[in-house]
Amino acid sequence: MENLANNYAHIKGWGIDADPKNDPTYPMKNRTDEEQKGYSWDRPTLQPQDLEVLHSIERPNLSAVFGTSVPPHGLSGQIRRFAFKYSESHYGHWLPLLLADRVSVVEGIVDDLKQGHVPNIFAEKGWKADWKYDRMGLAKKVLIGALITTAVVALLSRNSDDDED
Amino acid sequence: MLAMNYRGPQRVRIDHKPYPEIKHPEDAIVRVTRSCICGSDLHLYNGNVPDTRVGMTFGHEFIGVVEEIGSEVHNIKIGDQVLVPFNIACGKCAFCKQGLYGNCHESNSQATAVGGIFGYSHTAGGYDGGQAEYVRVPYANFGPTVIPPGMDPDDAVMLTDVVPTGYQAAEMGGIQPGDTVVVFGAGPVGIMAARCSWLFGAGRVIVIDHIDYRLEFVKNYAQCEVYNFKEMDDPVVFLKKATDWMGADVCIDAVGAEAAGNTLQTITGRKLLLQAGSTTALHWAINSVKKGGIVSIVGVYGPTDNLVPIGNVVNKGITIRANQASVKRLLPRLIEHIQNGVLDPKALITHRVPLEEVADAYHIFSAKLDNCIKPVLIPPSARM
Repeated sequence: MENLANNYAHIKGWGIDADPKNDPTYPMKNRTDEEQKGYSWDRPTLQPQDLEVLHSIERPNLSAVFGTSVPPHGLSGQIRRFAFKYSESHYGHWLPLLLADRVSVVEGIVDDLKQGHVPNIFAEKGWKADWKYDRMGLAKKVLIGALITTAVVALLSRNSDDDED
Repeated sequence: MLAMNYRGPQRVRIDHKPYPEIKHPEDAIVRVTRSCICGSDLHLYNGNVPDTRVGMTFGHEFIGVVEEIGSEVHNIKIGDQVLVPFNIACGKCAFCKQGLYGNCHESNSQATAVGGIFGYSHTAGGYDGGQAEYVRVPYANFGPTVIPPGMDPDDAVMLTDVVPTGYQAAEMGGIQPGDTVVVFGAGPVGIMAARCSWLFGAGRVIVIDHIDYRLEFVKNYAQCEVYNFKEMDDPVVFLKKATDWMGADVCIDAVGAEAAGNTLQTITGRKLLLQAGSTTALHWAINSVKKGGIVSIVGVYGPTDNLVPIGNVVNKGITIRANQASVKRLLPRLIEHIQNGVLDPKALITHRVPLEEVADAYHIFSAKLDNCIKPVLIPPSARM
């Protein structure tokens, strides 16, 4: 230990937190075995529930406080409610949630339009930063986008020409 | 008030949102003076974390000034400058009593696998985060910590997540004097994990990444060896060879769900979301550690399944330790390290961006433009 400390003298603080007794759980967990007493602690005051909060079926109740960010709504909300019929160990829980996330993106655009707000996708994606720091990358993105759009338009117009024949 | 607003994968913007309300007697409202974008925010930004709802405000690394307190708050007062740990913890449940503040059972109704985290999807409780002018802070008697007089606010904001997470990554490695430690990932947490590994007595610290400017940064900041895995045929073989064919004593995964370096993992984990992210870094960590070694995981993975080589874990007798950092437990020691000049976290901050330009900040950080290591968002009220 002494020799090693000399070897690393140039690194400020070397070894000052070394704990030779470090075992696989300490100090992540102070061993009090509190969890053996079950769900019996003196619970904090409960937050009044004034909106819908989905809760894991792996617990009997809501936590004493909870977030109020975006309550479930619309089609995505229906999918989320379905997901919460399954435990966290089940694909039936997580895959519907991922699907609901994608559905809520579309719902978000519809909500924006309803409120008369046309989303500025260029700004929301932060592409102004590309203009400043990575113009070549931005040019590539635009070029690829233009090529794909042209190809799709060409394909669709050829199909409609075929239909007319 | 102004707040970041998630609109879908790789789409965020600044919007006006309602001022947050006291919802519980132990709540406080904090006026944000600094908030960071964390590497783990990018998993949300890229749509990898289930139940990330459009309309949420992200941000779990923030400091600010207490503006309002609930009727049962007595440990902080209006006007206090506080740093707020990213974990929302009650301090009273069975897990908090054991110091597992990242695993509080009274802060997240929506999942039992993770405690409440500010601005980190509904899977982590559905709380709006600190990339805003104001934020609701539950359990204000327990989490928020008054910033010590004289501490640089840039150091303080790094104490809300980056420093404790990097430190705990090293701590969970159970590093013994002279050990060889390999850190996968040279993002801010990986950089801090490498730096803190020395504090536990590491004899050799190696960092693996694929972006040269980050490797150069960590080499200078943490005085460690660095290697770019794109220049190797196989990182695992490289590391075995570099450790006299034995493997490292400790491997730290500071990458998580969006690891690069393996096409199959990228397709199944990052693109198709069929597993809990790309587990390339975890595979490399498990396979590069010596028999009987320790793998420490702080990289964030989404739920639920991973194609993880668990058979190798068993056969090799590896100890795996992993958790969200219990910030509150570590703060006294880390404040001491900063005050004594042992750690200098603010040196990681490379970008200061007005909150209004949050979309650009996310893109710069995510696309690794302009040699970005760590961006900090400054709300307009903090610039006056």
